[in-house]
Amino acid sequence: MSADRDEDTNAVRPAGEHKPAGEDTPAGEAAPAETESVRTGWSRLWRAARPRATKANALITVLALGLGVAMVAQVRETRSSGLENLRQDDLVALLDGVNQQSIKLGQEADRLTTTRDRLRSGGGDQAALQAATDRLQTLGILAGTLPATGPGIRMTIEDPGKAVKSSDILNAVEELRDAGAEAIQLNDVRIVADSWFGTGADGRMVADGKSLTPPYVLTAIGDSHTMATAMAIPGGVVDAMKQLGATPTVTSVQTASVTALRAESTPRYAQPSSP
Amino acid sequence: MIPAIGLVVGLVVGIVLHPDVPLSLQPYLPIAVIAALDAVFGAVRAVLDGIFDDKVFVVSFLSNVVVAALIVYLGDQLGVGSQLSTGVVVVLGVRIFSNVAAIRRHLFHA
Repeated sequence: MSADRDEDTNAVRPAGEHKPAGEDTPAGEAAPAETESVRTGWSRLWRAARPRATKANALITVLALGLGVAMVAQVRETRSSGLENLRQDDLVALLDGVNQQSIKLGQEADRLTTTRDRLRSGGGDQAALQAATDRLQTLGILAGTLPATGPGIRMTIEDPGKAVKSSDILNAVEELRDAGAEAIQLNDVRIVADSWFGTGADGRMVADGKSLTPPYVLTAIGDSHTMATAMAIPGGVVDAMKQLGATPTVTSVQTASVTALRAESTPRYAQPSSP
Repeated sequence: MIPAIGLVVGLVVGIVLHPDVPLSLQPYLPIAVIAALDAVFGAVRAVLDGIFDDKVFVVSFLSNVVVAALIVYLGDQLGVGSQLSTGVVVVLGVRIFSNVAAIRRHLFHA
């Protein structure tokens, strides 16, 4: 082995004679040195590339061969596999998610099957009527045409300095929606999907065309714990309003009632289409 | 030259033969490949510096691969496998970059 090594180092060494010229010359140096080092770089590479039948060279070739195979194998592996490369933790999380979804879908399927069976068997009209009424009520609550009651939160925003802007109220409403609010009322305005907030000519806040006067009272029906937490996030709605000088207070209530209604409106452009 | 041909032959062999990576090696192969690439770039740089040595290359190649796999294995056992893999990849990536930069300076002087 040592004999091989001596021979090989000898084979490389002649190039080393030029080393001082090529060694880390700063880029801005004189042109002759530059061309010189360019030549030595390539010639060194070329000289080292000469085929040599030595044991070490053969060993290196075997290693290179192995590297090539390994690279291709790995690239193939990465391309072909979807889940195999994931770690155990990721797989467990994935499995959990899929399981939960499957349970949810199973329940949904059961419910729909029951409805279908009810519709199909006998009392057809009655069941259909019941289903339609349920649907009407759900849609009515969503569209704000029906009053709603249920557990929720009430957020009272005292705003003596009139510092709270419509965008802050919009933030609060969005945050409530994110937290799962099903029906929202602001003072005596029902907040639905197409509600809007703005500022009137007299500087007062306007929601859906109605002027509002502080204190603003937001009533939301939904999971009160989730919504109260969402309001209290550090840097969130409550914090932001406090910084403006308003004093928001959030109270969870057993039965919040959203009584403000919204006139039914027919869409002008959107037409129902079959799915 | 011969090792370069060997690398190409290896790539072709891999493409033709479709080797399957054994399950037990799967977590370590990517890191090992990167470690080997690091050794290869280091070798090219050494050639250009005129200090290349076959024995050093073979030993560094093998030890790079083994150490990289070992670190990943250890990380997996300690429960920080992915973070440690990232760390190894970052370190090797930095080395590959600096080696390639040195090669570039030698060959193109730029």
